[in-house]
Amino acid sequence: MSGMFVHNLRLGAFSLRRNPLLTALMIMSIGFGVAASMVTYAVFRAVSGDPIPQKSSQLFVPQIDNRGPQYNRQGEPPDALNYTDAVALMRAHRAPHQTLLFQVGMSVMPDDAHKMPFKALGYATTVDFFSMFDVPFQYGGSWSAEQDEAREPVVVISRALNQKLFGGENSVGRRMTLDDRQYRIVGVTENWDPKPRFFDMFSGNAYARPSQVYIPFNYAVDQKIDTYGNNNCGSDGKRGDNWDSWLRGECVWISAWVELNTADQVQAYRQYLDGYAQDQRNSGRFNWAPNNRLRDVHAWLEHEHAVPPESRISLSLALGFLVICLVNTVGLLLAKFMRRAPEIGVRRALGASRADIYRQFLAEAAMVGLAGGALGLLLTGLGMFGVGMVFEPQIAMLAHLDLSLVFLTLLLAVTATVLAAFYPTWRAAQVQPAWQLKSN
Amino acid sequence: MQIKPILAALKRHKAGTLLIALQIALTLAIVCNALFIIHQRLDRIARPTGLDENNLMAIQNRMVGVEDKESGPLIRADLAALRQLPGVEDAISVNSYPLRGGGWSTGVHLNADDKKSKAHTTLYFSDEHTLATFGTRLVAGRNFQADEIGEADPKEVGDPAVVIISKALSDKLFPDSSALGKPIYIGDTKKPSTVIGIVERLQVPWNGNWSDTFYDNAIIEPYRLVSTFTNYMIRTKPGQLSAVMASAPAALYKTNRMRVIAPKNGIRTFAMVRESAYRADRGMAVLMGVVCAVLLGITAAGIVGLTSFWVGQRRKQIGVRRALGATQRDILSYFLTENLLIGTAGVLMGALLAIGMNLWMVTQFEMARLSVTYVLVGVVALLLLGQCAVLAPAMRASRVPPVEATRSV
Repeated sequence: MSGMFVHNLRLGAFSLRRNPLLTALMIMSIGFGVAASMVTYAVFRAVSGDPIPQKSSQLFVPQIDNRGPQYNRQGEPPDALNYTDAVALMRAHRAPHQTLLFQVGMSVMPDDAHKMPFKALGYATTVDFFSMFDVPFQYGGSWSAEQDEAREPVVVISRALNQKLFGGENSVGRRMTLDDRQYRIVGVTENWDPKPRFFDMFSGNAYARPSQVYIPFNYAVDQKIDTYGNNNCGSDGKRGDNWDSWLRGECVWISAWVELNTADQVQAYRQYLDGYAQDQRNSGRFNWAPNNRLRDVHAWLEHEHAVPPESRISLSLALGFLVICLVNTVGLLLAKFMRRAPEIGVRRALGASRADIYRQFLAEAAMVGLAGGALGLLLTGLGMFGVGMVFEPQIAMLAHLDLSLVFLTLLLAVTATVLAAFYPTWRAAQVQPAWQLKSN
Repeated sequence: MQIKPILAALKRHKAGTLLIALQIALTLAIVCNALFIIHQRLDRIARPTGLDENNLMAIQNRMVGVEDKESGPLIRADLAALRQLPGVEDAISVNSYPLRGGGWSTGVHLNADDKKSKAHTTLYFSDEHTLATFGTRLVAGRNFQADEIGEADPKEVGDPAVVIISKALSDKLFPDSSALGKPIYIGDTKKPSTVIGIVERLQVPWNGNWSDTFYDNAIIEPYRLVSTFTNYMIRTKPGQLSAVMASAPAALYKTNRMRVIAPKNGIRTFAMVRESAYRADRGMAVLMGVVCAVLLGITAAGIVGLTSFWVGQRRKQIGVRRALGATQRDILSYFLTENLLIGTAGVLMGALLAIGMNLWMVTQFEMARLSVTYVLVGVVALLLLGQCAVLAPAMRASRVPPVEATRSV
């Protein structure tokens, strides 16, 4: 059996060498088709992944419509909360875990007066942030709920920032200056940077550089540290005249997350949100029916278009491109196989069965597929350099050629070619031995 | 040319005929849509900002060690230093600028009680040097005067007494007249602002799909924002850009060391701003161009391959026809006509497919409708491509000698 297989491969190789032009055309066709699909798939894979697979169905984003049907976007509530609603959800504590966050941009002031200050981005957030999102720690840990309530100036920094400031040693307990305030370091995170950064889609930070600092939410609000991320006051919203009216106003700028572990909890939380909105209506703040959302990570990423349209357009086009290349290959294989009708007739007359013909020609097709795959791999590698041209640099950086992609490329090429070869092979196997002998 | 015998012959090659037609159809569908995307992206890139782009640069600056409200004098000192630099035409501190990516937007009303806004616009906050720095031309009214400029906390900006707006916004608000001298209500306010000037053109800071409906609507409010975070826009004298790129940050650090200017994106010429704003659009256009070229090449190669096969298969029949008096021209036009028939069937299918594909993309990616011109251009291009591809095998067929009829295969 294996001897037969080798024989078939040898026949295939011989036949492929006989029409080098046709063979080259097929290999190029497969190669280009596969490469285009693989490059765009690599990007798509990078941006459509689950950033927190172990928990993505337990983390939810509560959204509350504080605009009303007249000003909201196509009936959807805004993508973040205003301060009033965010703090109300936090105080109600209806989920096992909940957190609030907004982006902060701070200047790190080195102790050494000769060094230039530099910018560090991060989040003002609450205690549960670290446990809800499974943030790994190198040293120390999160601050406590009491410290958050007491508005203590504490900070968690990233491993990279710790390396820069303290040479990587355990800096827990040491002090650092951010803008004009002193903070005590309570924890150093490991390198942690989920992509896309699902918890801050609101500020367009899906593929931003890793965050470097985390400070307590209540302290930040107390110190009037402004959001470095987006805020959205709607088309006709009020900006407010000072910090207090900013906090009391209807501009949204805080992302909220809750962790709910069972369907019952989810149901109960939905009811709570509707009840809350109803209360706001009764008190006269809203004059519309409750219009809330509670999306899990998948639904949230979908809603926020985490996969950029460029990625989906190019993947669709590349797949269409692959189909054309395959149609082309079917045509070329048909021409190639049928040209050998006399040879097939002779082999059939000498006792070869249809199955033998199938095996011989499919083996030949598999060789074309493998060669096309090899070319495709080469082109995919080249294409990876070009990815940066089409996509944002942060996204392009995510796409890479790894072992699974290499395997997938070869598999796609061989499978596609063998599938494409079925019709031409079937036609070849239909050749009648007697008819061919007679006509010659 | 007789079409009947060609159709009879094609009936014996159903599979090959269908494959070529199918390939032409799919190629047409993709090429039409790709060309359409290319054109759309290039159109977007070509939109003018209204600025004197060749002589502009931007610095993203963050003061450190001070509160927001203390940064007013620091910004004024910075501006004074920048405006004095040799080679500098003028400079401003501004919340945003065209193509920067982030900024403010709001609705504009014509009456305080209107529920729905009349137009959407972006807001730029800066002083009387704005027009000279942007290099945008005043088409009506006047510039701000120094005594009209206020300073404001970004969180506490009030309603200005006077504003300058772009011509596009003026046309949108008052289609039949000019906005000059008229009151407008910016955002949700009861206090009107009077339009004192109209500039020829000023683009919004965004360049995505969502801002397409108001990309030329802008208002300049006479406030210098007092915030530790600000953007300096500097217009240089012609030819002085690279010199000022070096001297401006040095001058700023000399004024005050306590600031952060990001090493990577902190100091950019406007060309760099434009380049990064349109990176995705340009990349998409290039990608689509490459896809089109490779696709047309592969389709042509497929036609060459299959036609060569047919010619090889029919050598004997061609010989017979030649022996019976057919000229070389007859044989050549036989294969050209055959290809034209297959091609026509293919492009008809393809045109439908192209429109279907576009409709699908409209629903998926908020794309515009494909114009029929693209389909027509694509149809002609693919028919020509087919004729060119078939030419070489057809020439070879026409050179088959009549004596071939007498040979056994």
